[in-house]
Amino acid sequence: MLTEYPRLRSVLGQATTIAITLLGLLLLTFIIGRMMPADPVRAIVGEDASRETYEQVFNQLGLDRPVWEQFLRYLGDVFSGDFGTSIRTGQPVINDILHVMPATIELATLAILIGAGLGVPLGVIAAVNKDRWPDHVVRVFSLFGHSMPIFWTGMIALIIFYAKLGWVGGSGRMSQFYIGMVPDRTGFLLIDSLLAGQMDVFWSAINHLILPAALLGYSSSAYITRMTRSFMLDQLGQEYMTTARVKGLSKRQTIWHHAFGNIKVQLVTIVALAYGGLLEGAVLIETVFGWPGFGQYLTNNLIIGDMNAVMTCVLIVGVIFIALNLLSDLLYRVFDPRTK
Amino acid sequence: MTDLPLPTRRIPGPLLALRNILTFLIRQPTSAFGLIVLAVLILTAIFAPLIATHDPYVQDLNNVLQAPGNGHLFGTDELGRDIFSRLVWGARITLTIIFLVTIVVGPLGLLVGTTSGYFGGRFDTVMMRITDIFLSFPSLILSLAFVAALGPSLNNAIIAIGLTSWPPIARLARAETMTFRKADYIAAARLQGASPMRIILKSIVPMCLPSVMIRLTLNMATVILTAAGLGFLGLGAQPPLPEWGAMIATGRRYMIDSWWLVTFPGLAILTVSLAFNLLGDGLRDALDPKQMNRR
Repeated sequence: MLTEYPRLRSVLGQATTIAITLLGLLLLTFIIGRMMPADPVRAIVGEDASRETYEQVFNQLGLDRPVWEQFLRYLGDVFSGDFGTSIRTGQPVINDILHVMPATIELATLAILIGAGLGVPLGVIAAVNKDRWPDHVVRVFSLFGHSMPIFWTGMIALIIFYAKLGWVGGSGRMSQFYIGMVPDRTGFLLIDSLLAGQMDVFWSAINHLILPAALLGYSSSAYITRMTRSFMLDQLGQEYMTTARVKGLSKRQTIWHHAFGNIKVQLVTIVALAYGGLLEGAVLIETVFGWPGFGQYLTNNLIIGDMNAVMTCVLIVGVIFIALNLLSDLLYRVFDPRTK
Repeated sequence: MTDLPLPTRRIPGPLLALRNILTFLIRQPTSAFGLIVLAVLILTAIFAPLIATHDPYVQDLNNVLQAPGNGHLFGTDELGRDIFSRLVWGARITLTIIFLVTIVVGPLGLLVGTTSGYFGGRFDTVMMRITDIFLSFPSLILSLAFVAALGPSLNNAIIAIGLTSWPPIARLARAETMTFRKADYIAAARLQGASPMRIILKSIVPMCLPSVMIRLTLNMATVILTAAGLGFLGLGAQPPLPEWGAMIATGRRYMIDSWWLVTFPGLAILTVSLAFNLLGDGLRDALDPKQMNRR
């Protein structure tokens, strides 16, 4: 019956794939959580608890049950929104994460704007001048962005632009002086400070944001440049480009209106994927810049071994990746007339 | 065997291809740079005791945080250890990481990819789902999770990187296998009664090997950056090991006044990962038949 509705079937197929991937994700975090050498019971009851207390907590945590039952319990907890409590703050882990997320989203969003703003034009320039010097310059520039250890570049940039030149703010989201001056409404400091009409805080925030965002943006522009270049090369090699030129259109018109117009959809999907990739860079760059976001939360908890928090973070990154993959797929379907 | 005269100095196909690829790489300035850097890295690692000017572990508390020059090419760190010598010995750690990750990832990816490509069907679906799950994390985040579970150390970092970087290899090996598995010589082997294991090991794996090796080279830059990132976060190599990422982490406290502590290890990481990227870029061109004809 389903064969009569190819679209419905493909949607169902995709939903199953996503469900299975999600389940696998949960299984993976569950297994990693179980491999942990530290004893979760000891972490709660302390070193010199009596045998009875130990057994009691052991049973309370459900560790006496078979592994598959523990996994089902974990699934049930996750789907009812219970990700456990953080050992450090005593708060539900998910609350902590929601609290730090806006800082990272602010950083990643500015970074992706810089990355795409840099990567797309460079990719087009490289493709148009294939195998001539602009192509080589762009290639080396973007390979540099791809090869640099971002935590190191962050430090070097701090030494130069903060310590020596004093052009930008140092670590954190704003100067110490302004902390607590703006009411926390959305968690996005740029928006909050504008809402409160505090332009000083706004500029301070921009000042602190620009350096880490530029570095993250540069590192993600490498990927965007490469993909833009290869998409453009595909288009430029096609016969309709020659036709357009023969019809008398200028080179600029054929490049920007014809070729570039055709790769827009592909670019959107690439940028969506690059946005997810920024999370990885964010873990390192947030550590360097003392940025109170998701990445710093993850590394802080890794160091103290708070596995509930760590595994929830890993799970969230996985879910974000799946969601972005799905989104780019959907965008492709919506905007590309050929898939209709 | 028949008594047909065999050509005496016939170079086997794969080796000939390898020679062609190498010639192509050396002709390009960028990939030649990559090859040279790697050669230097390997030589440095082998001859580390001869190249290093000081013992990388000996502390000299009278000479801490010395600026470059004065008998210390790249200066000294917070414990008076010679940074140049530590970088030289660190090359061994970098090479160890590269080598161990390769021998974990290569066979694992090949095994998963070739078996699922050869058997197909349900087995293939399940294996590819698992691959997708691993692919849905950025490699650093998943390695972080594994290291958190296993405990921080250089070996665990290598295991974690190995566990997280096999999926692209498996994908590639599977795609290659799918193209051969209907080939006549595979059918011939099967009709002779060869077991699936034998067919995979003797007939399929050798065919996948060249492209897998190239893919491994392409991934090495990421592996090096991930290992350095783990070292930087304190989850990889532990002090006093002269691992470059860990050196940056300890130098971070002194970076404003003593820039050389973080600058030189970072340059080392950048150079090696750039070399792998340039080499990978060259390899991609070398293997693209369209490009090869044009040049």
